[in-house]
Amino acid sequence: MITRTPKLNRRSFVIGSAAAGAGLALGLKIPFGASVVRAQDGSPEVNAWVVIRPDDTVVIRIARSEMGQGTLTGLAQMVAEELECDWSKVKTEYPTPGQSVKRKRAWGDFSTGGSRGIRDSHQYVREGGATARIMLIQAAANAWNVPASECSASNSVITHKPSGRKTTYGKVAEAAAKLTQPEKPTLKDPTEWKLIGKSVKRLDTIDKLTGKQVYGFDLKLPGMLNASIKDCPVFGGKVKSYEAAKVTGMPGVRHVVKVGDSAVAVVADTWWQAKTALDALPIVWDEGENAKVSSASIAAMLKEGLDADQAFVANQNGDVKAAIAGAAKKIEAVYAYPFQNHAPMEPMNATAKYTPDRCEVWVPTQNGEAAFAATLAASGLPADKCEVYKINLGGGFGRRGAFHDYVTQAVLIAKQMPGTPVKLLWTREEDMQHGRYHPVMQCKLVGAFDAGNNLTGLHMRLSGQSILTAVRPEALQQGKDPLVFQGLNPGGDFAFGYSVPNLLIDHAMRNTHVPPGFWRGVNINQNAIFLECFMDEMAHAAGQDPLEFRRKLMSKHPKHLAVLNAVADRAGWGKPAPRGVYRGLAHMHSFASYVAACAEISVKDGDKVKIHRIVAATDCGYAVNPAQIERQIAGSFVYGLSGLFMEECTVKDGYIEQTNFNTYDSMRIAQMPKVESIIMASGGFWGGVGEPTICVAAPAVLNAFFAATGKRIRTFPLKNHGITLV
Amino acid sequence: MARLTINGKTLEVNVNPSTPLLWAIREQVGLTGTKYGCGIAQCGACTVHLDGAAVRSCVLPVAAAEGKKITTIEGLANGGALNKVQKAWLDHEVPQCGYCQSGMIMAVAALLKEKPKPTDAEIDARITNICRCGTFQQVREAIHAAAKA
Repeated sequence: MITRTPKLNRRSFVIGSAAAGAGLALGLKIPFGASVVRAQDGSPEVNAWVVIRPDDTVVIRIARSEMGQGTLTGLAQMVAEELECDWSKVKTEYPTPGQSVKRKRAWGDFSTGGSRGIRDSHQYVREGGATARIMLIQAAANAWNVPASECSASNSVITHKPSGRKTTYGKVAEAAAKLTQPEKPTLKDPTEWKLIGKSVKRLDTIDKLTGKQVYGFDLKLPGMLNASIKDCPVFGGKVKSYEAAKVTGMPGVRHVVKVGDSAVAVVADTWWQAKTALDALPIVWDEGENAKVSSASIAAMLKEGLDADQAFVANQNGDVKAAIAGAAKKIEAVYAYPFQNHAPMEPMNATAKYTPDRCEVWVPTQNGEAAFAATLAASGLPADKCEVYKINLGGGFGRRGAFHDYVTQAVLIAKQMPGTPVKLLWTREEDMQHGRYHPVMQCKLVGAFDAGNNLTGLHMRLSGQSILTAVRPEALQQGKDPLVFQGLNPGGDFAFGYSVPNLLIDHAMRNTHVPPGFWRGVNINQNAIFLECFMDEMAHAAGQDPLEFRRKLMSKHPKHLAVLNAVADRAGWGKPAPRGVYRGLAHMHSFASYVAACAEISVKDGDKVKIHRIVAATDCGYAVNPAQIERQIAGSFVYGLSGLFMEECTVKDGYIEQTNFNTYDSMRIAQMPKVESIIMASGGFWGGVGEPTICVAAPAVLNAFFAATGKRIRTFPLKNHGITLV
Repeated sequence: MARLTINGKTLEVNVNPSTPLLWAIREQVGLTGTKYGCGIAQCGACTVHLDGAAVRSCVLPVAAAEGKKITTIEGLANGGALNKVQKAWLDHEVPQCGYCQSGMIMAVAALLKEKPKPTDAEIDARITNICRCGTFQQVREAIHAAAKA
């Protein structure tokens, strides 16, 4: 089963996705023998996933991170389904990355991104629950001296059917923990599920209502100091000099330190003192060559790529050039998507404590293992001398997954004051100017038609940034970034949903110094706008209804078509809308789920857009907790529509101009449309939930905007055109 | 030095009078339910009550809060019993990440004191907190539920 062992030297803590499943299977097979592994409170661990206390409390281990998306509850449901435990007695806890390393990745992948929390771990977490159940039943059977096959478990109670004897999980957990783990257990058929598919309440709500929930930024440690940091505003620039003497006498200030070669931090008794002193600290930057870059220079570079000879091809059939050359009619359009920042409500932060023998980090992270790797690298200590504790996240959206620059900084600061815990908190301004931005992309689309107005060819040329080149170059495929083509691939989790006789989708890679990252939805955001708005353009050019035009190209894509039909039916496509209300459609295949939206909007004075309703459908294969899926759909629309209408990070002299929510706005409740969700889980596959739907809101609204005004907007955000969301 | 009355208790806090109330509450008093999101009164994560009215504490100097009754999210529950807004939030499962919800709940509690049965338009005008998770649909449902409670 073991295909690869993670490398654990401090320079490279690299874990390929291929190792995830294997690592897990390994974890489940750790032969405990008679030596019981115990949780901190002494309760026996039945296996890596399940700890049972004598009072029947079931503690389920969750390796992925809860950042609001509900994965904590969903994953617990998966384990509990097979465990047959009393759901009302379920609690959860995070194992630490350090424990994971010691136990050969018993909990598999910690990475929480790409909408993979459930869809990549459903098998092994259910097996974890099933294995624990089998062991608990066996322990009871041993005590009763009866065959385990005569016993069953339900609601944390084990019953010996012939005699009617009963016991509880809490009473046999100690004995169960001494048993050898069984081989691969048989899992329930989906038709037998009682908990999966049920909208049980989240396990983590109450503390969020009373102020008790501790986020990374709320952490308090004895003797802790607080740090505020400024990194060179121009990416790639350095610190030239700073005058520490000007602020060392200010209240509370303990240290003024250089962090790496590009940042300066003030460490003080309180964060406000640190921030106040940092604001007063004169710093001279060496901004370097990147200070010459602007939004205009980046746009010009991307524009050149639209017609460049060289491009990476992702999806191709027929001969698109010949189809376009021989077309009876052709249309062409160029779209552009801007840089956008994640801006989770909790700014970046991390707390570190360093001694030459041990480095500990407390951090809200989407990937505990990546935070651990950053800790090893920054501390210079080996894995057995480091530990990372995951703290609740005030939002993630991709910013806290692949990038742990704030962990690196916190450790580098803590190293300069060994033994003292230091909490580093970024200002919102630092967060806005040091993001890992949604990549910039332009797209030129050409559609070719025959004399009968049938689509004969489509060329989609993307030009812009590659996230993987910047973040994970080892994942490039002979230079090609496969992630660029989300939603446009011939198959897989992001499959193009149309059959076009002559098709070419390619990418001219044009990278900038502005660091790109995985922003909720990643590249499918712009791809959905490019493709689905241009589909609408082509339908109108062909004089056809946008739904009928699409349907003719979708006969070989029944799952795509099913969600599109579902939203069209529910919204009443083809039937008159209320007076002044206009509709627009979009659909995509996104993170293995099929998603569609029909937006209903009205437009006042040509530029004030009211979104009345969005009907949204998702076929995510299996739906673990429908109530939480509905919240993810509506929430993803807030994030995506904020991006469409309001959000752009512009570059001037190499730095990001926007510094806070006054220049980088986000939707408020007044702008929230009614979202009607259709969860049509067709079974047989596991699709994502957190990200997939985000991409369809924007093109559906843009297509409705065209229906209302006759205007095509092809550059974003809409605020640049004077269009506001009301 | 400033003398503050927070959640019914009066305390001396050792800060410069220009320090924003948010940081005095978090770093001197040690109540961390009130959050920092922007520092410029844009997002509302830092909302507390000053004599019953919602204020954004990240831009309010401590000096301006002296002699007034300050209530934070920790003081909203009365003797451990959830406030009706918190109760509605629980029933409707409003929070996602939850970070903005202290401020959201405080803004709503103040609104309901002034307008016990707010219309959607009044909610739109008065609740301007940012929630990046996008919980607004549940927020609106829960406000109406709390108004009926």
